[in-house]
Amino acid sequence: MSDTYLDLVNGPLRGIAKKLGLPAPVPLRRFSADDPQHGYLAEPVLVAGSTPGAEALAGLLVDAGFSVQRAADPGQRYSAIIAAYDGAQTPADLQDATLAVGTALRGLVTCGRVITLSDAPATADEAAVAPVDPALNAARGGVTGILRSAAHEMRSGSTANGILLDGVGPEAPSVAAALWFLLSAKSAYVSGQFLTVDSERGRRIGAADFAATGDSAAAPLAGRVAVVTGAARGIGAAIVEVLRRDGAQVYGVDVPAAGQALADTMNRVRGTAIQADITAPDAADTIAAAVGRPIDILIHNAGITRDKMLANMDAGRWSSVLGVNVLSQLRMDDRLDELGAWGDAPHVVSLASTSGIAGNRGQTNYAASKAGVIGMAAAAADSFARRSGSINAVAPGFIETEMTKKMPVLTRQVARRLSSLAQGGLPRDVAEAIAFLASDAAAGINGRTLRVCGQNMVGA
Amino acid sequence: MTRRALILGGNRTPFARSNKEYSHASERDLLTAALDGLAARYGLAGERIGEVAGGAVIKHPRDINLTREAVLGSAFAPTTPAYDVGMACATGLEAILGISNKIRLGQLESGIGGGADSTSDAPLVLGDNARTALLDAMRAKTAAQKLKAFARLRPADLAPQGPGAGEQRTGKSMGEHQAMTTLEWGISRQAQDELAALSHQRAGKAWDEGFFADLVTPFLGVSRDTNLRPDSTVEKLGKLSPVFGTKLDGEATMTAGNSTPLTDGASAVLLGSDEWAAEHGLTPLAQIVDAEAAAVDFVSGAEGLLMAPAYAVPRLLARNGLTFADFDVVEIHEAFAATVLCHLAAWESEEYCRERLGLDGPLGSIDRDRLNPLGSSLAAGHPFAATGGRIVAQVAKYLHATGKQRALISICAAGGEGLAAIVEAAK
Repeated sequence: MSDTYLDLVNGPLRGIAKKLGLPAPVPLRRFSADDPQHGYLAEPVLVAGSTPGAEALAGLLVDAGFSVQRAADPGQRYSAIIAAYDGAQTPADLQDATLAVGTALRGLVTCGRVITLSDAPATADEAAVAPVDPALNAARGGVTGILRSAAHEMRSGSTANGILLDGVGPEAPSVAAALWFLLSAKSAYVSGQFLTVDSERGRRIGAADFAATGDSAAAPLAGRVAVVTGAARGIGAAIVEVLRRDGAQVYGVDVPAAGQALADTMNRVRGTAIQADITAPDAADTIAAAVGRPIDILIHNAGITRDKMLANMDAGRWSSVLGVNVLSQLRMDDRLDELGAWGDAPHVVSLASTSGIAGNRGQTNYAASKAGVIGMAAAAADSFARRSGSINAVAPGFIETEMTKKMPVLTRQVARRLSSLAQGGLPRDVAEAIAFLASDAAAGINGRTLRVCGQNMVGA
Repeated sequence: MTRRALILGGNRTPFARSNKEYSHASERDLLTAALDGLAARYGLAGERIGEVAGGAVIKHPRDINLTREAVLGSAFAPTTPAYDVGMACATGLEAILGISNKIRLGQLESGIGGGADSTSDAPLVLGDNARTALLDAMRAKTAAQKLKAFARLRPADLAPQGPGAGEQRTGKSMGEHQAMTTLEWGISRQAQDELAALSHQRAGKAWDEGFFADLVTPFLGVSRDTNLRPDSTVEKLGKLSPVFGTKLDGEATMTAGNSTPLTDGASAVLLGSDEWAAEHGLTPLAQIVDAEAAAVDFVSGAEGLLMAPAYAVPRLLARNGLTFADFDVVEIHEAFAATVLCHLAAWESEEYCRERLGLDGPLGSIDRDRLNPLGSSLAAGHPFAATGGRIVAQVAKYLHATGKQRALISICAAGGEGLAAIVEAAK
């Protein structure tokens, strides 16, 4: 999908756009299996702060061969700046690391990374159960503000994201996985977001293995059997390709009418096409039978929109959207359970949407289904944790697809610029986040919703 | 113990009535689509298959290597060998049988049999007058000789000729031939329309139940067979005028409703040995057990053009020590409703079975509930070379899905030929 504005401000109109102070999106650095840097950048990484977390992350980076600096040098170019706040007791503890980031920020390269590491703040409900010191929680909450504001200030395709420790130490395997994901080009369109690690579960993975691809035994999804619904086109087809690239054997599901596109998509990745309607009562049975072996990964991607203002909403539009977008997922997860069709450590990732977080005009039905998915993932987390798996949701923002191509030109241009990265994401950006959450390395992240929206202003 | 030739699955395009949705798709496009859908259904993209056999009845001269060209355009490995087969409407079944025999012999571990036909993207040729004149002109050494050859050309000679369903030796169309047989056997209009309506109703029900979801991959926006009329009834069919046999000395009973229309489409059936199936994690649906071909002397008028399966089936049953009662399913290709009904009548006739088939008595009747349980060509349509693959794949799935044991397949073909095969559950 072409973004003419992005091409122009990176070409002939660069000077004019700068003078006028127009949004200046840059082409994002995206992961490629052929990249000799494996999706990382060569410049040094600054690790600010002197906490146990800072020590742990610096150690991981050094072991992985990154050039690491522990003090900000204003003249230095940095590929990433990491600020560790773990253990902060009061908001006063946030100052040093934050100002160190500020000192180094002008040295951040194009498509660089700012990453925070901090303790997860308690919600009111959590604090009611387990009382927490207000000053301590103010410090933890403060990091949210720092990170989100920093993300708004990022320029030239750089992103800022945080890792939250929720009852685990910085050595938890999924902290490392989150670090590689956020450093890597795989997280190109994720900004202003937190990844919460709340268990020690998860396979320990190195930076190089996180970037391994194809039939390499080290690849993040090597040997895993993955099912993707709505696989024929768009985001679904991108998910299929990225899961295969990361080593999975992929089974794509789509309605029989999409069969020709589904066959083409699945043949491209040497996968298998399953023509089935996921809203059919026996959909899970059909899929389990067609796969014929334990399912390690299930990506609930299939979704539809039937937009109508609430005043004009009808039962058909309501029930079809809820039926496809959330009810089918609930039924399929349960039925696969009954059938004993899951693998040893099953990972489920469901497609939510920023509409499910912020709501959207004309989308009460769609937003209900997508907010429902977010609730479903949170509630099902425990049962998946018990079998060493995980269930998470990914909420895409404005993604360049056939669907958004149909938007009116001006609306589309505005929608693209409404994020900190000032551009739409690509289907593969969503797919990268899904592949990460579907990996054993990320098993310590469970029941969460990760937005892939370039820090869209909507529903922040 | 001899090796088994397992039917592991199949795929076809939806069949579309001629000169409609597939007008600009070549037979190569159609066969490639059938192969691609098959590769995707069984996760075989990039796989080298032992051999692919296929063909087309109405074939372009350029398509001497139709099947190999389709393989090269498909998701299968370009190192997959292929060859073309031709036996008129029995082409697809013959292709499948050839592959299955090679598997049983141990020459192949895997193979695909199928076919494609398009009467929309049909070859047009010059008539013999124009063709010989142009060839002579090409061979001519002098200008005078060239002029002489060209002088033989008449404007009318330059009109291209399309493919005909006419028999070369009788000049009669297939429908006219069948009309004679229909009259001979006294098959009523009512009986033909009943069979046609039932075919549509059964096929429609199977589609609605999703039976074809793993047998058909959509093509060019078509997701279902376009000839299908699930709401077809005897009353509606009764309103159509006869199109064949109108000049014969007797009631004309064959209409567009109880005859198959010209159709475009392609099919492919995946076959393999037990070892190959296990290696690829594929569930055997059924196996091909035996087959018999027959041909009749229709030129002299001694037998009806499409009656050869009447001879093939008893020989096949005798060799295998089986009777109709041993079959849970009987698939008789519905070239015309009357073709099926003439066969049923012939096998029930003591006189015919004794005198023509050399049997001691009638071969027997076929339980109508077991006959074409998913409908047949009257509903699905009949892209000639694709019909065999359609029948074999759906009957194999039907046996597997229902737990039934044995099926008989019978297909009539131009040139007075016929082919019958036995398919059994893989167990």
